Amino acid sequence: MPYLEARGLEKSFRGSDGPVRVLGGVDLSLEEGEFVAIVGYSGSGKTTLVSLLGGLAPPDVGTMVLDGAPITGPGPERGIVFQQYSLLPWMSVYDNVALAVDAVNPRLSRLERRRLTEEFIALVNLTPAQWKRPRELSGGMRQRVAVARGLAMQPKLLLMDEPFSALDALTRATLQDELLRIWGARRCTVVLITNDVDEAIILADRIYPLTPGPGAVLGPVIEVALPRPRVRQHLSLSPGYQKARHAVVEFLRSCRRARA
Amino acid sequence: MPPRPLARLLLPLLGLLAVLCLWTLISQTVATDLPSPLKTWQESRRYVLEPFFKDGEMNQGIGRLAYYSLVRVAKGYLLALLIGTPLGFVLGLSRGFHGALDPIIQFLRPISPLAWLPLGLVVFQKSEPAAIFTIAVCAMWPTVINTAVGVRSISQDYLNVGRVLRLSRLKMLVKIIVPASLPYVFTGYRLSLGIAWLVIVAAEMLTGTPGVGGFLWQEYNSLVYSHIILSVLTIGAIGFVLDRLMGLVEARMKTS
Repeated sequence: MPYLEARGLEKSFRGSDGPVRVLGGVDLSLEEGEFVAIVGYSGSGKTTLVSLLGGLAPPDVGTMVLDGAPITGPGPERGIVFQQYSLLPWMSVYDNVALAVDAVNPRLSRLERRRLTEEFIALVNLTPAQWKRPRELSGGMRQRVAVARGLAMQPKLLLMDEPFSALDALTRATLQDELLRIWGARRCTVVLITNDVDEAIILADRIYPLTPGPGAVLGPVIEVALPRPRVRQHLSLSPGYQKARHAVVEFLRSCRRARA
Repeated sequence: MPPRPLARLLLPLLGLLAVLCLWTLISQTVATDLPSPLKTWQESRRYVLEPFFKDGEMNQGIGRLAYYSLVRVAKGYLLALLIGTPLGFVLGLSRGFHGALDPIIQFLRPISPLAWLPLGLVVFQKSEPAAIFTIAVCAMWPTVINTAVGVRSISQDYLNVGRVLRLSRLKMLVKIIVPASLPYVFTGYRLSLGIAWLVIVAAEMLTGTPGVGGFLWQEYNSLVYSHIILSVLTIGAIGFVLDRLMGLVEARMKTS
């Protein structure tokens, strides 16, 4: 049985004229330690899928099992890095991360929890800014805090909901490289939701395209045949990169054409 | 366009001058019982220049009288916050409580302090606790309502963070709900203080206790009209300062 298995996830929301079927039967399975990206157009239901997997909203139909246990509600074993950072503005960087560390390690001593918190902050290179409030940080730094908080939950599955979409292109590239480095250092199972095909190829082992909604489903998996560790400069010209890019873009375009 | 510094100083002075002229004019023509600005000053200068003298229970410097009123307001106001803040949080957190209590609150809110005071006297038998009760019962509504609105308008993003971390109810309250609603809570505190200060005059007038409001009523009965104006100006000045101070506190809460 796969580490994460979601079967037939359906979700509708009440719209102004009748219910809108956002997800129409999503199947997804993941092995432990895999990095999977889900790519789709804006508004195709990506965030809905994250809230289902995160347990923040229940699916109308379908089942989800993570490491043998059914997913019924939110919990730190499925850490979420939110699209809008969702840092608590009244807390320092340190306290934002410590909130997660303290929540998942209630048995550790105060000293050990402090060490862990500092470790996660150092992992995203924010030690010099650890006593600053989120509003004093740039967008890239805020997103780093959000990543550190997600990792600090020491989750079985890390869900990232368009984590870098609000950043400028240069900062986004830097953070992608950092995520590669961090993920190389401590492999955890990641589902990355994104609308950026290149981001998906650079980061993920496999890519699932999400068809444009309503009634979105996952398309056929696209393997990213690029060796790790990956270095951005060498990637974009390689045949494996071009092949994966072509496959994702063509699939999403064909969905759109079929609909038009 | 923001006015230039000179205009910012000059324009209020011009406005003040115009009001003083109008006041003089009215006191000379329509209402001859109304003391003119000059007469008001002459009859009040001792109260202002020696603000803490005390000749008798009701004949004291305006500073001393204001102090009595401020202490009384502080007691009532603190009581209002002590009751109003938790009540607001409960109303904001629980749909059931909100459904049960909101109609009652909307019903009690517009009741005048003049109506509460006799009831307070009946219940407490003494004027001092009756006055404090009246201040509290009138001043707490903005705190209750703003706190409840603040709690209900907390961003779902913040709550989701707490849900993902499976924070206990207490931790959720302390770490997320209270800090997230503080800006609203302090807006409520500022509005409540304004009302508490409005109520003090009515409470002191009816109970005849020493304070700015009590002094005002007593001087009306003793026909010293200039002291009514002195009291009115004092009440206005103190209310203005209190509002500004709370405004500063409130602004601090908003930026964090």
